[in-house]
Amino acid sequence: MSTAAVQKETKWWSGGRSPFNASYGKVMMWYFLMSDAFTFGAFLISYGTIRFSQNFWADPNHVFNSFPFAGHANLPLAFVSLMTFILIASSVTMVLAVHEGHNMNKKGVEKYMIMTIIGGIAFLSCQAWEWTHLLTGEHVALLSDGTLSVLPTTVKANPWGAELSHEAIAAALQATPHEQLASIASTLHHGGEAHHSVAAMSNAELIKFIQESDLKASNTGPIAFGGYFFGITGFHGFHVFSGVVINIVMYLKTKMGHFDQRGHYEMIEKAGLYWHFVDLVWVFVFLCFYLI
Amino acid sequence: MSAQASSPEITFHPNHSGGTKKIWRTFWLLSVLTIIELAIGLVIYNMHKGEHPNATLVLAFKGLVCILTLAKAYYIVSIFMHLGDEIRNLIMTIVVPLCLFIWFIIAFLWDGNSWLNLRNRYQGVPAKTEQVAPAATEKGAKD
Repeated sequence: MSTAAVQKETKWWSGGRSPFNASYGKVMMWYFLMSDAFTFGAFLISYGTIRFSQNFWADPNHVFNSFPFAGHANLPLAFVSLMTFILIASSVTMVLAVHEGHNMNKKGVEKYMIMTIIGGIAFLSCQAWEWTHLLTGEHVALLSDGTLSVLPTTVKANPWGAELSHEAIAAALQATPHEQLASIASTLHHGGEAHHSVAAMSNAELIKFIQESDLKASNTGPIAFGGYFFGITGFHGFHVFSGVVINIVMYLKTKMGHFDQRGHYEMIEKAGLYWHFVDLVWVFVFLCFYLI
Repeated sequence: MSAQASSPEITFHPNHSGGTKKIWRTFWLLSVLTIIELAIGLVIYNMHKGEHPNATLVLAFKGLVCILTLAKAYYIVSIFMHLGDEIRNLIMTIVVPLCLFIWFIIAFLWDGNSWLNLRNRYQGVPAKTEQVAPAATEKGAKD
């Protein structure tokens, strides 16, 4: 390398030399990621501010306690740990792809990019399941009009308030109209054909049936919970999605031999920076929404 | 080494020939940190199940999880994103602006807390009857 000769001719502050001895693209990727870190940071801090200002906040171990195909088993933290490990694993395959790129090993880059893409898609599928599970949830909450109702978690309302006592549930059931009673009763039935027989029952029968099945109900939770949860995990999920798209493009470009022609695999490195950033953000989302 | 020269203006090439040992070591480190975090999460969960969780202890555990998360972030950025291999000035232009977060977090959480205190003082603390009552339902929650 003719390093000494180059430096002699260089006018340091007149261009002609990378200020940080890194390529323009890489430096700008870092600055983009820094600004993105502030965006995510602002979202999470705003969530923290609202959470600090509330007397009561939803308990994550109560909200996120289900696992696909596990029915109503109480498994706090289980599903989100799976998601976290998927993302860590895909981060490792990405850094291995970057490493193979340094060694100009096209086959290796292709292999690890495929694995990273699969990891990203797996993570997105997990998130899709989690959102669906919350948006179609069958928890029962006490509404402001004093009636009980099946309430999914949305940006407008959620059933994650403090748990109600048996007496409070019994009182609220008396005030609850027939339709809501029937829908509560049908969530307690796990058999298929029971649904229409529930509608035919009288109010008194329904209340008796509901109380016999030991219904658990809560107050409605803090309104901001749904908006912050879906907003921040959604924004992160959008980053994962765009990361997967970028990785697919990088995989195709590797496959077509673009980087071999160019003589370096720096694009893989830049895509890798973005992908690791997505993992980095998840570490903090995981902390703020699921752990504390 | 010439394979890494993406542009003639770049004369500095971080040494990447070290093999994948460092990457795998970081992977195991991150996994272990995550498992410790999950264990602490479960400890906090079980403390909340008890009658009167010790608020200071819960806060200490939560603080510990935050510190572990910062450690994870450090390893991801420095090893996986190779920021540790860049020259010092690039590291500084990334890291120094992020120090704003120190003020950002303190100021806004303080604000949230002050909001809570003001609202509770002038509007009154909401009745907590439902929160105290569920000693009876606690038995049901365990099965």
